[in-house]
Amino acid sequence: MAALIEIEKLTKRFGSFTAVDEVSFTVDRGEVLGFLGPNGAGKSTTMRMLAGFMPPTAGTARICGADVVENGVEAKRSLGFLPEGAPTYPEMSVTGFLRFTASIRGFSGSERDDRVALAMAQTQLEGVRLQPIETLSKGFKRRVGLAQALLHDPPVLVLDEPTDGLDPNQKHEVRELIQRMAPTKAIVISTHILEEVDAVCTRAIIIARGKVIVDAPPRALEVAGQSLEQVFRRLTLGQEAA
Amino acid sequence: MGGMIRRLGDLLAAAWLMWGPSRSTPLPWHGACVVAKRELAAYFATPVAYVFIVIFLVLAGALTFTLGGFFARGQADLMPFFSFVPWLFLFLVPALTMRLWAEERRHGTIELLLTLPLPQWQAVAGKFLAAWAFCGIALALTFPLWITVNVLGKPDNGVVLTGYVGCMMIAGAYLAVGAAVSAATKNQVIAFVLAVAICFVFAAAGSPVITEFLSNRLPVLAEVARGLSVADRFGGFTRGVIALRDLVYFGSFIGFWLFVNAVVLDLKKAD
Ligand SMILES: Nc1ncnc2c1ncn2[C@@H]1O[C@H](COP(=O)(O)OP(=O)(O)OP(=O)(O)O)[C@@H](O)[C@H]1O
Ligand SMILES: [Mg+2]
Repeated sequence: MAALIEIEKLTKRFGSFTAVDEVSFTVDRGEVLGFLGPNGAGKSTTMRMLAGFMPPTAGTARICGADVVENGVEAKRSLGFLPEGAPTYPEMSVTGFLRFTASIRGFSGSERDDRVALAMAQTQLEGVRLQPIETLSKGFKRRVGLAQALLHDPPVLVLDEPTDGLDPNQKHEVRELIQRMAPTKAIVISTHILEEVDAVCTRAIIIARGKVIVDAPPRALEVAGQSLEQVFRRLTLGQEAA
Repeated sequence: MGGMIRRLGDLLAAAWLMWGPSRSTPLPWHGACVVAKRELAAYFATPVAYVFIVIFLVLAGALTFTLGGFFARGQADLMPFFSFVPWLFLFLVPALTMRLWAEERRHGTIELLLTLPLPQWQAVAGKFLAAWAFCGIALALTFPLWITVNVLGKPDNGVVLTGYVGCMMIAGAYLAVGAAVSAATKNQVIAFVLAVAICFVFAAAGSPVITEFLSNRLPVLAEVARGLSVADRFGGFTRGVIALRDLVYFGSFIGFWLFVNAVVLDLKKAD
C-alpha cells in the first residue's frame, strides 16, 4: 500500500524567491515525522501546500492517495491540520467553534456532540467549554486549534508547531497524545524544540532554505556523541533565509 | 415559470437545511449552509450587525418621511422608501462586505476554512448567503413603514411585496460585487471604496443623465447601459412587476460576481 503522505518535488516560488525547493518525502502509517529547520526555512509553506491551502508552483502532494490540488476535498477529509499560529474565530465559544468544524466534516446530532466532547477531553479544554476563544490564553487557543485537528480522528495529521506556547505540563500531555495516536496515523509536526523530536518522532527532516538537507531517524543523527542541537547548528548555521 | 418555482424550492430547501433539524445524510449544499449559519451568528456577536441595522433604519425612515414626502404625496404606498433603498445600500452594503474576506485573512482563519473538506465555492456561497440573509433581516425590520401605510390607507400589498423582493435583488447584486472585491484586497478601505465605485456604475448606468448623454452620441451604448443598470430593473419591482428577465438578470449578475469571487479567492488566498 502507498504511504499516507506522498510529496514529490514540491516547489513554491514567491516571485524569484524559492521558499520550498523540490522537497520530496513520504510518511507511512505509524511514523511521526519531525519537521525541523531555521526560521524561514519553508516548513510552514510546505505544510500549507500539503494541506491544500497554497497551490504548489511545481510538484505534487498526495494524502491517502488523493492529490491535494486535483482532488482537494477528498484529501482534506483524511487530514487534520493545525495551521501556524492556530487560527480560530475569536468571537465563537470553544464548543461553538468545534461544533462548526464538526458540522462541516459532516457530523451531526449526538455523534457530533460526542466527537466534540472527546476532542475537548483529549486537549483538556472542558474547563473553558463556553468561553469565547478571544478571552482564552495563548496556550488554550493553541489547544482549541489542536482539538479541531483531532476531532474527526483523521489518518493524517499535519501540525505546525503544536506545542508552541504550551506550559510544560501541556507540552507533556500533547506529546503523550501524539505518541498514543502514532501507531494508527501518519503524523508530521514542525517544531523548534529539539527534545520533542527525541521524545516523539520516529524520523526527522531538517530543511534549510527550502531544501531537505537531512532525512533520518533522530537516533541516527546523534552518532559520534553529538546532540541533536549540535547537529542542527552544524547543518543549518549560516543557512537562514534572508 | 417552472424554473422559478424550482428555484424557490431550492431556496426553501436551503432555509430548511440551515434552520431545520439536523439530518444524517448531508446534502450537496451542506457546507455552504454550515458556513452561512456561522457567519450570520458572527454578525450578531459583534457590533457590526446592530450598527448596520440602526443606521439603515434611521436613514430609511428619515429619508422616507422628509425627502420622500411620505405624507405629502397623499398616496398609500412605499414608493418613497423604495426609491431610497438602492442609494442607501450603495454605501451600507459595501460596509458590510469589506470585512468579508479581510477579516478571515487578519485572523488567519482563511487557512482553516479553506483546509476544511468543503469545495471553495461553498465557502463563497455560504458567506454570500449569510450577508444576504442579514440584509433580509434589516429589510424586514422596516415593517413599521408597511404597518403605517396600511393604517393610513389601502395600499396594494402585492406591490409592496414585489418592492421588497426588488430590494433583496439590489442587496444581492451589491453584496456579490462587494464580496468579490474584498477577496481581491487585504485593505478594508480599498475594498469599501472600490465596491462603492463599481456598484455606483451599475446603479447609475440607467439614469437619464447617462443614457441621454450616450444616446446623443452612441445610441448602442445607451441601450447597453440601460440593460446593465441595476436601478432600471429595480424600478419594475417597485411598480409591482416581477419580470422573468429581471430575475434572470439579477441571478446571472450575482452568479457572475460570485464566480469572480471564487476565482480571485483562489488566486489571492495565500498572499
Ligand atoms: N505569501 C508569501 N509571500 C512571499 N514570501 C513568503 C510568503 N509566505 C512565506 N514566504 C517566505 O517563504 C519563506 C519560508 O517561510 P515559512 O513560513 O515556510 O518558514 P518556516 O520554516 O515556517 O519558518 P518559522 O520557523 O519561522 O515558522 C520565508 O522566507 C518567507 O518570508
Ligand atoms: Mg512556520
